[in-house]
Amino acid sequence: MDRRLFLAGTAAIVILPLAPAAATPDAMAEAIRKVIGTATPTEGRVKLDVPPLVENGSTVPLTVSVESPMTEADHVKAIHVFNEKNPQPNVFSARLGPRNGRAVIGTRIKLGDSQRIIAIAETSDGKFWSAGADVIVTLAACLEEAT
Amino acid sequence: MSNILVNAPKTARRGDVIEIKALILHPMETGFRPGPNGRILPRNIIERFTATWNGTEIFAMDMSPAIAANPFVSFFARANDSGTVVLRWTGDEGFAAEHRVDIAVE
Amino acid sequence: MSRRLLVVGLGLVFAASYATAQVGADKRRSGYQDMGEALQKMQDDDTANPGMLFVQLGGQLWSKQTGVADKSCADCHGAAAASMKGVATRYPAIPQGGDRPVDLEGRINLCRTEHQRADRLPPENRELLALTAYVAHQSRDMPIAPPYDHRLDAFRQQGAEIYRRRQGQLNLSCAICHDDNAGKKLAGVVIPEAHPTGYPIYRLEWQALGSLKRRLRNCLAGIRAEAWPLDASEYVAVELFLMDRAKGLKLETPAIRP
Ligand code: HEC
Ligand code: HEC
Repeated sequence: MDRRLFLAGTAAIVILPLAPAAATPDAMAEAIRKVIGTATPTEGRVKLDVPPLVENGSTVPLTVSVESPMTEADHVKAIHVFNEKNPQPNVFSARLGPRNGRAVIGTRIKLGDSQRIIAIAETSDGKFWSAGADVIVTLAACLEEAT
Repeated sequence: MSNILVNAPKTARRGDVIEIKALILHPMETGFRPGPNGRILPRNIIERFTATWNGTEIFAMDMSPAIAANPFVSFFARANDSGTVVLRWTGDEGFAAEHRVDIAVE
Repeated sequence: MSRRLLVVGLGLVFAASYATAQVGADKRRSGYQDMGEALQKMQDDDTANPGMLFVQLGGQLWSKQTGVADKSCADCHGAAAASMKGVATRYPAIPQGGDRPVDLEGRINLCRTEHQRADRLPPENRELLALTAYVAHQSRDMPIAPPYDHRLDAFRQQGAEIYRRRQGQLNLSCAICHDDNAGKKLAGVVIPEAHPTGYPIYRLEWQALGSLKRRLRNCLAGIRAEAWPLDASEYVAVELFLMDRAKGLKLETPAIRP
């Protein structure tokens, strides 16, 4: 049975309604271009940890780790995370440097629906590295009545 | 009154890389959700989180409405000298909160 | 979409899961065990568990003078770590001089009205949830231990009857989901055994702390039953029954739930 069909009947769906036009893969590509210009990121060095299947999209743990010695000469300058389907494609942009010792950032994000997440790291030599992950969001059952 | 929980070691050896974790009470209202009366709730998010070590910025993060309510951030820092780490959150509606941690480096 | 379709659909989901069901011995599971590893970790780490922000707030309120009496909880109860240890494991209970059970929130409100001479805090009020979480947190990891008080029997019985009664447009009882189909999937979600081990909980769906009452209202909405008024005695009756059913399981407050 279609899960949405069931949910639509049993509970008003109040999960992060995407009222305005949701971000699209195109909007994500555009947002990425704004940050990295015409450069093409190379896949690798970046690890994006998100649970592949989450029970609720409102609080999804996410960790980005980048392989880097984090020295003056060779470090990660920035880490950006983007998504396809939330109302806005940007999730966060962080600035870091040799003082961090390790290029690892953890946070928690909202995902209105199952989608692809992309993390891009900029290293001190001006190169861009990336990783992507797909997340499936299962909707919670028995939600709040829509009051 | 802000509610903030921070986890950072009180002491570290010089050169150690330590993890700092921070959690703050904040709705992170996206500006896209209808409220009880059907009208869209105004956006109210934390826009920026920064960390300084003895006054020098060592980490900064620009947040979007896609960061979950009650934002959690973890990052690392190299302990070069004893001092104070100041974590600062700023955002919509004049939101500003600060938390200090003293770390002794030997 | 028609309700008939839904009921048929629900029947199918259950029928399919019946086939693969493994009926085991009494092995009760907290909702914690039905969560994925990421959420279990979130609950276990005190600086990652957002419920702890409310426990912290509750701690601040604990020592704040309030009401006409201008007294704080701490003025009478001292350090909560000692005075409130184990208290949440035996609620709902009948207060001194009373004849009806109150839940922990009701007990705290009694202290507000009788001892602090302040207003009752309304249900789901943030300060009330924070104080309740702070008090209940002092019993974290302690086994649920309902009081031996025969005056509670009738109320608990009422809770048991509500639990087994079919209700709502979907004509389902709590027991059909939480006893007969616990551990199976409903619309992609594991149906938990409904043990009240972590209340107040930080439910990701709410992005906030909420009470057992709010959780029960969500289940009632799920089966399209009209929720009882916020001050109805039904909630306390059901909680008495659920706490008895969960006797011996450990409290987790503040728990994370999806
Ligand atoms: C003026 C003194 C006073 C203040 C202030 C006060 N209480 Fe109490 N509290 C009591 C007394 C006395 C009892 C024992 C029951 C009774 O006689 O009401 C009690 C009982 C309780 C209990 C039940 C304990 C048990 O073992 O069952 C809880 C929980 C509690 N108080 C929480 C609070 C909280 C939370 C606050 C602050 C919001 C508070 N109290 C403020 C005097 C106080
Ligand atoms: C249609 C099936 C269904 C019915 C009927 C139902 N529930 Fe639930 N209940 C669920 C599901 C599914 C969850 C878990 C929610 C989630 O993760 O989205 C749940 C969660 C709960 C929880 C939370 C457990 C925890 O770990 O915190 C309690 C308590 C509960 N239900 C009690 C009840 C009671 C009491 C009734 C009857 C009034 C009831 N439920 C009726 C499906 C049901």
